[in-house]
Amino acid sequence: MNSVILKTATRLLFPLLLIFSVFLFFRGHNEPGGGFIGGLVGASAFVLFAITFGTEVTRRLLRMDPRVMVGWGLFLALVSGIMSMIAGDAFFTGQWALPVVFGNELHVGTPLIFDIGVYLVVVGFTLAVIFALEEED
Amino acid sequence: MSNIIIYPILIPILTASLALIAFKNRELQRWLSVIGSVATFIAGCVLLYVVYTEGIQVLQPGNWEAPFGISMVADLFSALMVCVTGLMAMTISIYSLGDMDKQRESFGFQPLFQILIFGVIGAFLTGDLFNLYVWFEVMLITSFVLLAIGNGKAQLDGAVKYVVINLLSSLIFLAGVGIMYGLTGTLNLAAMAQALQDTENTGLVITASMMFLVSFGIKSAVFPLFFWLPASYHTPPVTITAIFGALLTKVGVYSLVRVFTLLFTQDIGYTHTILLWISVPTMVVGVLGAASQYDVRKILSFHIVSQIGYMIMGLAFFTKIALAGVIYYILHNILAKTNLFLVAGIAQKLVGSFHLSRLGGLYKNYPLVSSLFAISAISLAGLPPLTGFWAKYTVIYAGLEVEQWVVIGFALAVGLMTMFSMTKIWMGAYWSPLPDTAPVVADKNFKPVAGAQLIALLLPTIIIAGFIVVLGIFGEPFYALLFEAADQLLDPSMYINAVLNP
Repeated sequence: MNSVILKTATRLLFPLLLIFSVFLFFRGHNEPGGGFIGGLVGASAFVLFAITFGTEVTRRLLRMDPRVMVGWGLFLALVSGIMSMIAGDAFFTGQWALPVVFGNELHVGTPLIFDIGVYLVVVGFTLAVIFALEEED
Repeated sequence: MSNIIIYPILIPILTASLALIAFKNRELQRWLSVIGSVATFIAGCVLLYVVYTEGIQVLQPGNWEAPFGISMVADLFSALMVCVTGLMAMTISIYSLGDMDKQRESFGFQPLFQILIFGVIGAFLTGDLFNLYVWFEVMLITSFVLLAIGNGKAQLDGAVKYVVINLLSSLIFLAGVGIMYGLTGTLNLAAMAQALQDTENTGLVITASMMFLVSFGIKSAVFPLFFWLPASYHTPPVTITAIFGALLTKVGVYSLVRVFTLLFTQDIGYTHTILLWISVPTMVVGVLGAASQYDVRKILSFHIVSQIGYMIMGLAFFTKIALAGVIYYILHNILAKTNLFLVAGIAQKLVGSFHLSRLGGLYKNYPLVSSLFAISAISLAGLPPLTGFWAKYTVIYAGLEVEQWVVIGFALAVGLMTMFSMTKIWMGAYWSPLPDTAPVVADKNFKPVAGAQLIALLLPTIIIAGFIVVLGIFGEPFYALLFEAADQLLDPSMYINAVLNP
């Protein structure tokens, strides 16, 4: 789409939306948010980019076929479950490492990996659908 | 806690994720799919062995205790179904190497196939009513895509009917789940069964049970809700039709058996009589529908409906022998029906058509293919000593015990009609000479399949035919397994205790 307003706005909004999606993603640990909603916001950043500059540029920016991204997302989510089994617990039992960084205890664990997987699946799936619709002529 | 139960679910979805990562590399995808399916089959067999030797297996994923977390439960019935699903995944994934076209593969047939298997096995293993709904959705959404990819006009026509009726069925299912949750305060099947044992509100329970009957009835294609099946199953390639015919309706039957043995046993005189009188028209209409068709795939699609009737009939009799018969019937039907579809696909690749008027000469030119068809057809028609005979014999014997003469009369007559249909295919496609209209004669460009591709098509059918023969002739130890599975179904306290008091 050839509009100066849209192009200028997209340049400003694109990084903001991505940062916001990461913020939502980490907020999901104990408050509303998480991989799904973060992924949707992240996907919307790329969708906005695709509407403004075309899908071809967006695909290059993404560096990965969205369908392959879905694959990696699923894979990561499953790895988080398999890690619980290796630790000897039931499938998908949360495994936690609690490192202390700058005096704060960080809750790093398998649910984080699972959520990264969800994030990738949501971004990949949404973009695969939108790209297919955009490219259909 | 035993993680053994998760492997048959984990392996297909892991395979699907790897196949998605290798999206551009079709060759790698194919090999991943075959290796993953073989691993699924092995995991299913291990699960069956463990359940047989150590009793019902339960897993609480995430370590959330029942009834608050979701339970995965494998009793013998589930484990048997998982095992045979693994066998189907293995054989059909090999078959797809010879059958699936480039276009459909580049649209992601292999990962979709694995996700379908994932959904089916999940539905067999879940111990939670809402989770069952989720597995149904996983299964249905992948099957929508599998039915529609390739974009043929007939395919989209079939897919629309399939999608609409199945969405309606899911809606009714969800409403039923809502009522049951309101009534018992839990979604865990075991906890629900326990709560229902001393509920006084049987009227509402039966109302809910009828919603499940309609919903699962649509999915398993019983009379009068079956019409979507013959309208859609013949449209996609044989690989997809075979996996649908093998598994999707059987998940519906599995769910019916599960809820009508575990949950809804308060008023058997009412609910199971309805089941009984649904089973008769299902058998009769299915077989009459098949008699009027001349496309091999349509004949076989109608026969799926007819065979579902026998399974529902066994469930309605509700005795130990009857339930053992139902399980045998489901397993037998998965083997025989899938093999008939696969052989029909080979015949189409050899002679060029699915239509009886344009098929012929297969017996003279391809004796191996003919004998594979004959084994499956004789088994489906119910002649001794193959699986079909024992399956029918067990169900009908159970009917004699409860003295349901009329229903049994219909069942026997339908068996005869099935024989007629199979003979029709045999006469039309195998014994009759090749007609001039056959594409192999009429069309200069048509080349019969040969070489490695033919082996990929034949190998799975030989494996399945082997299972049909072995299970038929050496059925004795297998029956011990079935009777134990039936015992577990008839005594819900085993299931409840395994889940709630581990």
